Amino acid sequence: MATGEISAASLRPPVAERLGVVGWMRRNLFNSPFDSVLTVILALFLAWALVQLFEWAVLNAVWRAESKQECEAAFRGERGACWALLRARFGQYVYGLYPVEERWRIDLAFVLLIVAMAPLFLRIGINKLLYALGLILVYPILAYTLFLGGRFGLALVETSKWGGLFLTLVIAGVGITASLPLGILLALGRRSRLPVVKALSVAFIELVRGVPLVTVLFMASVMLPLFLPEGVTFDKLLRALVGVSLFSAAYMAEVVRGGLQAIPKGQYEAAAALGLGYWKMMGLIVLPQALRLVIPGIVNTFIGLFKDTSLVLIVGLYDLLGMAQLIIKDPQWLGLATETYLIAAAGFWIFCFGMSRYSMALERRLARGHRR
Amino acid sequence: MAVGGEARGEVPRVVALWRDPRIRGLATQALVLGLVLAGAAYLVHNTIVNRERLGVASGFDFLGRLAGFDVSQSLIDFASDRSSYGRAFLVGLLNTLYVAAVGILLATVIGFVMGIARLSSNWLVARLALVYIEVIRNVPLLLQLIFWYVVVLGALPGPRDSLVVLGIGYLNVRGLFLPKPIFGEGAVVELWASLGAILAVVLLARWARRRREETGRPFPTLWVGLAILILVPLGAHLALGAPISFDYPRLTRFRLEGGLVLLPEFLALVLGLSVYTGAFLAEIVRSGILSVSKGQLEAAGALGLKPNQTLRLVVIPQALRVIIPPQTSQYLNLTKNSSLGVAIGYPDFFNVAGTINNQTGQAVEVIAVTMAVYLSFSLAISAFMNWYNAKMALVER
Repeated sequence: MATGEISAASLRPPVAERLGVVGWMRRNLFNSPFDSVLTVILALFLAWALVQLFEWAVLNAVWRAESKQECEAAFRGERGACWALLRARFGQYVYGLYPVEERWRIDLAFVLLIVAMAPLFLRIGINKLLYALGLILVYPILAYTLFLGGRFGLALVETSKWGGLFLTLVIAGVGITASLPLGILLALGRRSRLPVVKALSVAFIELVRGVPLVTVLFMASVMLPLFLPEGVTFDKLLRALVGVSLFSAAYMAEVVRGGLQAIPKGQYEAAAALGLGYWKMMGLIVLPQALRLVIPGIVNTFIGLFKDTSLVLIVGLYDLLGMAQLIIKDPQWLGLATETYLIAAAGFWIFCFGMSRYSMALERRLARGHRR
Repeated sequence: MAVGGEARGEVPRVVALWRDPRIRGLATQALVLGLVLAGAAYLVHNTIVNRERLGVASGFDFLGRLAGFDVSQSLIDFASDRSSYGRAFLVGLLNTLYVAAVGILLATVIGFVMGIARLSSNWLVARLALVYIEVIRNVPLLLQLIFWYVVVLGALPGPRDSLVVLGIGYLNVRGLFLPKPIFGEGAVVELWASLGAILAVVLLARWARRRREETGRPFPTLWVGLAILILVPLGAHLALGAPISFDYPRLTRFRLEGGLVLLPEFLALVLGLSVYTGAFLAEIVRSGILSVSKGQLEAAGALGLKPNQTLRLVVIPQALRVIIPPQTSQYLNLTKNSSLGVAIGYPDFFNVAGTINNQTGQAVEVIAVTMAVYLSFSLAISAFMNWYNAKMALVER
């Protein structure tokens, strides 16, 4: 229709068969004989599977019971899900082995974080960069004091008691705040004109990216004690944090490098022509543009990091998955593997899916900003 | 930088030493190198002191010593009372490669099917693929592995009530029992014949492609190739009097006898890795196919290519150019992720290395070997990537 002429055919109303629900089904489900057969088979299978799932998870499920035996007794006929487990163990999934009477400290820190972060997401006129920097410097100290206690009249809670979703969030949070600046430095190092700096950065990045995270964690837990002078000990959590941060820093460096490479050379030259030194050039001209370009990539790295926190299980920490592994051994609830793992999976899924949706929305918003 | 000389339009002869970019560069590098070396020296010193204090041996002599532990699955001969640590490493390495090879094969099939399903015009098919991708990608792999191992495979019936698979194998809580090939006399010839058939098909495909590009005459490579692949080994098999036979598993009263056993740890790891990686591959395949511009399809149609020719000659070659680089990095991820098999007790390289570390206490050496092995995987993959990129790079005329 490039000519803009309106043919007689296009003026006729659409064929009734292509309209409404029936038309939609014709186009999208029964377009060809093969399509129709596929649709019918899949629909039947799906219906069967959903009915089974519904019966197990809802119809025959038991929500109130004190132990697995009570659950079993409550099943009417067919065996359903024993969601009473979630009720009974919800606190452990979220807080791990943290003492019940001290859990308010975690809640408080979490609420504080949300309140403190709110200005970053609102469109108000403050210097968000300075604010974020201040937050990154102040909040961890505050949260650490709150979580660990032993000061200001707070009872001491050893890190070995930390666990569940709380620990997952702590590791992921520390990982991202440590790996972003480290990753930026490594990316700058890799793009540096100085051969020694470049070689060291490349070696670190490729070494870490070439091995699985478990080996890095394993190394952190086995080698760190060897690396330090006698008498200096690190606790298990700190070792895992060091491993996770170094690991994701290498991945972050590659994401940031992508952004740095996308900045046209003219920007560097213009900055140099203005007489800016290296750090000013990077900090004021190049990095703000480069980081904005790679925000979706950073969020994706964060999602990966969030999922990877589950690996600390292998070095003996109890994150969300680790708690599931503990709960499954609880004699009161023995043999509820399906429910236990599904609950943990749902916990991870909600966070990761939420973040990936956020990253997509962000990508669209940034793309809009770039459009002319 | 308003130095006096500049005001009169002259270039200052002497730049202050600390402003000279070359000197500054050298100084920075010397500083960085010095810090790194000092740090490294400090760590090495501590390590030496600590190892002396703990009385840990150093060096790689332990590789020749007797291992003294058993490995549940081994592709080569291995026994705790006569095999060395070095051989244990090799067993682990082979197990990793084995699970990675099977996983990669399965993940590729899942990824391509799901990636194409995601683009299907059938709404139901596309939705189901989307649900698969979004659920699998957002749950940690380790959790999925444990789920497969404990919940799915753990729920299988005992040996007595084994499920029959395709009439030739059995599936139960102890694993998957399949017919085991037995290589009789002349089996080598048959294997060589099969290898020759594969080589012949590769050469045929190259020749057919060259002819098509030069003369435009197509050749039914698929059918001829399939015929060669099936007929040559079959012919050799019959001509040599069936040198390769199969030992079928037999169900006795309490257990299964004979055949080839795939342990539940292996099955869980393969399923977990391939389902997880398949979800990522599906997105790569989808974006690869979408990257082929509509104009290409229209041009192919205008040239009179049939739909399946368009797919084979226009869409797939261009989509593969986009698909293969991220695809290989997913393969590398799968191989690295196979180290999570340690959580479900699969004796892969990392698992064996952990056991050896516990027994010998030589953490530095064990970790060095482990890192070297995984690094060489990743170097091999990136070497392949560079070769492939150079080969596939758009040749502009």
